Amino acid sequence: MQQKPTLLTILDVLSIIVIGYATYSALFIAPTELVMGEVQRVFYFHVGTGWVALLGFIIASIAGILYLINKKMIWDRFGFAAVEVSCMFFIITIILGSVWARPAWNTWWTWDVRLTTAAITELIFIAYFMLRAGIEDPEKRARFGAIYTILGGLSAPITFMVIRLFRSIHPVVVGNPSAEAQGGFDMSVDMRNTLFIALIAFTILFIDFIWHRVRLGALQEKVEELKLEKIS
Amino acid sequence: MISVTKLTKRFGLKTILRNLDFQVARGEFVALLGPNGAGKTTFLRILSSLSKPSYGTVKVAGHSLPNESAKVRAKLGVVSHLPLLYPDLTAEENLQFYARMYGLTHYASRITDVLQLIGLEPRRKDLVRTFSRGMQQRLSIGRAILHQPEIILFDEPYTGLDQDASSMLDDLLRSIASHGRTVVMTSHDLIRAESLATRFDVLSRGMITASINKNDLRQNNVLDFYKQALES
Amino acid sequence: MNPSFLKATLAIIHKDLAAEFRSRELLTAMLSFSVLVILIFNFALDLNPDVRQTVTAGVLWTTFAFAGTLGLNRSMAVEKDRGCMDGLLLAPVDRSAIFFGKAISNLAFMLIVEAIVLPLYAFFYNETRIFQWEFIAVLLLGSIGYIAVGTLLSAMTIQTRTREILLPILLFPVVVPVLIASVLASGAIINDMTLPQIMSPLNLLIVYDVIFIAVSFMFFDFIVEE
Repeated sequence: MQQKPTLLTILDVLSIIVIGYATYSALFIAPTELVMGEVQRVFYFHVGTGWVALLGFIIASIAGILYLINKKMIWDRFGFAAVEVSCMFFIITIILGSVWARPAWNTWWTWDVRLTTAAITELIFIAYFMLRAGIEDPEKRARFGAIYTILGGLSAPITFMVIRLFRSIHPVVVGNPSAEAQGGFDMSVDMRNTLFIALIAFTILFIDFIWHRVRLGALQEKVEELKLEKIS
Repeated sequence: MISVTKLTKRFGLKTILRNLDFQVARGEFVALLGPNGAGKTTFLRILSSLSKPSYGTVKVAGHSLPNESAKVRAKLGVVSHLPLLYPDLTAEENLQFYARMYGLTHYASRITDVLQLIGLEPRRKDLVRTFSRGMQQRLSIGRAILHQPEIILFDEPYTGLDQDASSMLDDLLRSIASHGRTVVMTSHDLIRAESLATRFDVLSRGMITASINKNDLRQNNVLDFYKQALES
Repeated sequence: MNPSFLKATLAIIHKDLAAEFRSRELLTAMLSFSVLVILIFNFALDLNPDVRQTVTAGVLWTTFAFAGTLGLNRSMAVEKDRGCMDGLLLAPVDRSAIFFGKAISNLAFMLIVEAIVLPLYAFFYNETRIFQWEFIAVLLLGSIGYIAVGTLLSAMTIQTRTREILLPILLFPVVVPVLIASVLASGAIINDMTLPQIMSPLNLLIVYDVIFIAVSFMFFDFIVEE
């Protein structure tokens, strides 16, 4: 465990390369969108980061369930890593979205379905961090954290559906483009390719981050253990 | 009545109890002595099914914990240094509530008996919040013996009691123990423990380091025994 | 003989109500807080008759949500402070009976507060449309979902270092669907909207209630174990 695994180093390098290529692709390969212009290029990273943020949120709930089933600390580290990484990507997604929304919707923020759900998810994350900070016993911290991520994972989809009852103005790009959504657009082949490159790049980066964070968690625990040995 | 083998309890990285072995026969009154932080309270919480063992087997009244905890709890009375009473209910109402929680039927006469035994019959209609610490502790004992448990666990029953209340408690504990019940009591108070218990065990650094029957005690001197047990 | 699930649940509810009707600490706090919130809303939103129609549901639900955390915290603190929770856990009953007992007591307190605040609101603002049975039904369904999650989370937060302050922070982000759906449904009722506009949030509310009662039932054991 002390030695950094070779595969992780390879993954580090790979992440840098694919993110670099995704950046290049978004800035130079993808064509400029006719209506919105250059600012639309933010879209590829917006969707990429949003996708992994959601992925992290789902993984955290699954790790929570697994922890409650077999009480192995590895699932707690995994869940905590997923929440931390997901929290960060959610913030990036929201910021990138605002950058795009300012010219497209003429506002930084609107109470749209996705935006609001993302904001509430961030609040769930903050609550999760506060909950963990308030508990000394690592086993109890893991147990309560697991329960809370599951509650969050169950309520977020319902939150999404409830808010959708108010009409959404968020564009639906892949799948059925809604006429009501402002700022929607048809994607060319290059755009589509760029989007998928971004998705893959962020997924790789996401795995890399999670791995690092889980490893860091294990090392932290090791340090605590050594400290405790030193005292007693 | 109680059989504990190789019990280990960990809170996170801290090991509170390690490989603890402990046997109690029917009718014994065991005083569990030991310095603060030795794990006495944790040990009693495990015996009373409130806390789960990390490793090892615990059998109480013929049932193993934690799997058959409901069966164990029915045969167990617990008195801790907290009263476990509701201040806004009367003495009688508190006992009625616990009688129902233990599934007693026709408990009215049993409650009167218990109130007489603990000397609170005249105050049965008074709110518990008007009771002194000593009276609350007596009621707390009444609550613990209400369902006529085979085993009684006392966790520092003398905490916060003055001289009068303590000696009253002495008599009460003696009369409870005399009915062939098995008692385990933790205490700092060596003198009190000496006058009540039939066996003395010392719990230190998470293990039972010494055990002696009252008859084997040299000149009935529990203090010497305790000092030696801690030094060894 | 160990008591049945139902008997244990009833014993806890009986005990909670008896203690509360004697001290009235929890209800007094919730009620005076609710009236204060409505008073503040009056000036913050300038609740004149035109505005009122659209915000009544929102004002009421915000009031109940905030007052609710007071009750939930208090109800669980009573169990924790004198070790009574240990007393409950030591009884030979199923842990979920403890959850249901506490949840139903909490729901009773919540409904009592609502039953007093609604007429007060109607009195202050001459708003009688809130006395429709549909409106009451939404109030009940919303309260059930709120209390189910709230009781579970209060059992959790009471064991943390920050205790009371943590409950609203944990509770509100997960209970958002209940609040929004209730506001939508009850708002639609007050404003005489069509049945689909009432039913779609109501369906989600029912789904939420079912899921979270089941989940709370399953998780309570994990929260009280050690």
